[in-house]
Amino acid sequence: MIYAYAFVAIAACVAIERFHNRKAKIAIALALAAFLAVGPRFYGNEAVFSILADAAVYVMLALGLNIVVGFAGLLDLGYAAFFAIGAYTYGMLASPQFGLHLPFWALLFLAAALAALFGALLGAPTLRLHGDYLAIVTLGFGEIVPQIFQNLTKYTGGPNGIAALDVPTFFGHSFGASVMPYYYIALVGIALALWISRNLRESRLGRSWMAIREDELAAKHAGIDVLRAKLAAFAIGASFSGIGGVLFAAKLALVSPDLFGFQVSVLIVSMLVLGGMGNIVGVVVGSLLLTIVNSALLPQINSLVDASFHTTLDLSNIHFLIYGAILVGIMLFRPEGLLPNRERRAELHHAGEAEAEA
Amino acid sequence: MHEFLAQLANGVELGAIYALIALGYTLVYGILELINFAHGDVYTFGSFTALVVLVALRAANLLHGAGLILGIVAALVVAILACALLNAGIERLAYRRLRKAPRLAPLITAIGVSFMLENLIELWQGAAPVPFPNVIPNPELEIGALQVGVQQIVVVALAIATMIALHFFVKRSRLGKAMRAVAQDRDASSLVGIDVDRTIAITFLIAGALAGVAGFVGGVSFGSAWFLNGFGAGLRAFTAAVLGGIGNIAGAMLGGFLIGLLESFSTWFIGGQWSNVAVFSVLILVLVFRPSGLLGESLPEKV
Repeated sequence: MIYAYAFVAIAACVAIERFHNRKAKIAIALALAAFLAVGPRFYGNEAVFSILADAAVYVMLALGLNIVVGFAGLLDLGYAAFFAIGAYTYGMLASPQFGLHLPFWALLFLAAALAALFGALLGAPTLRLHGDYLAIVTLGFGEIVPQIFQNLTKYTGGPNGIAALDVPTFFGHSFGASVMPYYYIALVGIALALWISRNLRESRLGRSWMAIREDELAAKHAGIDVLRAKLAAFAIGASFSGIGGVLFAAKLALVSPDLFGFQVSVLIVSMLVLGGMGNIVGVVVGSLLLTIVNSALLPQINSLVDASFHTTLDLSNIHFLIYGAILVGIMLFRPEGLLPNRERRAELHHAGEAEAEA
Repeated sequence: MHEFLAQLANGVELGAIYALIALGYTLVYGILELINFAHGDVYTFGSFTALVVLVALRAANLLHGAGLILGIVAALVVAILACALLNAGIERLAYRRLRKAPRLAPLITAIGVSFMLENLIELWQGAAPVPFPNVIPNPELEIGALQVGVQQIVVVALAIATMIALHFFVKRSRLGKAMRAVAQDRDASSLVGIDVDRTIAITFLIAGALAGVAGFVGGVSFGSAWFLNGFGAGLRAFTAAVLGGIGNIAGAMLGGFLIGLLESFSTWFIGGQWSNVAVFSVLILVLVFRPSGLLGESLPEKV
């Protein structure tokens, strides 16, 4: 059943990507949104909602990272740090930890703001660095943040993290034990993230990012405030991750430092690489594909093989192998990803012609 | 004082291992401007090949007297060869096609290779740390107030001997000269008749061999091997290479020892759980304030 939803969503994304008619695109997107909102209510159960909600959170994270890596071309290998900051914001301010029980909805915004702040704090001194140096510094940051959460046992519960987080309420109605509300919040979040991504891409800022990605030196000499644009990319990208973190923590009712390691950062980079960096629809497809493989396909193959051959395989062992193979395979054979950024190519082509005419 | 000297010895021992790994990063970076992210896992692979050889020899009851020394040499040689071939194989299969690709492409590929290696080593040897055969007898020697194990001396001596050999290879031999030429200007060196692809392959072989030595001494020194060892050790070694000035061989050695000392003293003063934070903070500070490292020279940005 989960495959049906994933398949429909991916097919719709591909259709949106292939169609050129703006109205058709919007129609497909609305139909998909309606289908995803209503479908699981009739054909679904808690397990389906849970996987869909996780998938939706990952789509949000991937869209956020796409702003940093895809739009601005800054390889961030520590993106999970902002996810952790979002999750711990909820963990520390809506749990018995300090006896604080701030409302979920307020914390969504607070986490976004905090993550953005830390994005800017990390960005300010390091964004002068180029390419792979920046990647390594962000990686270092990604290692430090969970480690700090782990070490400050007094505030964060240490290696065990914080459990029994508050169950959010919606106008006085508790979410209860159901995971359904998280799915719908994440859907709204995705819709917002898509809308923001799209508008940003077309904006002045988005064009500066693209210019920086293509040639930083040229962008600088064309009068773009490179540092400011990069900072904005870091902060905005991080804020998506902060919101994702709150959703993730509230759904799990738990935060612990080992949930936000380097693997998570690489997983999200893999989603981008698989789908096509810079292409919003491609990124959605990439993250859906990888989440479904991780949370539905692998366990299923696992139990199927176990049942038919009486083995006790543990296919969760090969997650890394799969991410690794995706990164290597895509880079070697199709570096632009499954759904390359057609619009961007057309745009660049167009720009080239315009220049030639002028 | 006693404790201080003990930490100093520990730091030097750790530093020797980091320096060996850092040399692999620096050689490859010098020639390709690629952070060979998989290098740390090649080091892990070296630990495990040495471990497997030693365990097999011990099971065959061959590790006595002269057999012990031969066995240690055999384990070291096998680890060196295996890592050299693995590293060169990675270059051939994964990096060579990407010579002309945008710069992030080979880095992402290297991360992918690293994940695959980690997972394959986990499938091969399991997720738990495996004890490394305790082959080098380890009586404590007292030199004044300093207490060091024989093992520590062997580890540091082996590492320093390897570094000296590497230094002379790079500075004196024809191949070393070719490596330096390719690092400076790939096109120009191919014009004067240097086989660039072959030189790069040899660089990877040598970097791999160094990781093999590091894998062996790391196994001896830590007393175990674990499939994720290479991730942390690799990052520390990379930090060391950057601290010393990436691309610079003497810098990698200096950086390695400094990071080793930093780790052992930060563990002593503020606790082992903060050593990661200390090391990465140093990395960030160095990159921000002196990106060319301690011994590196800053190069103008290539356009």
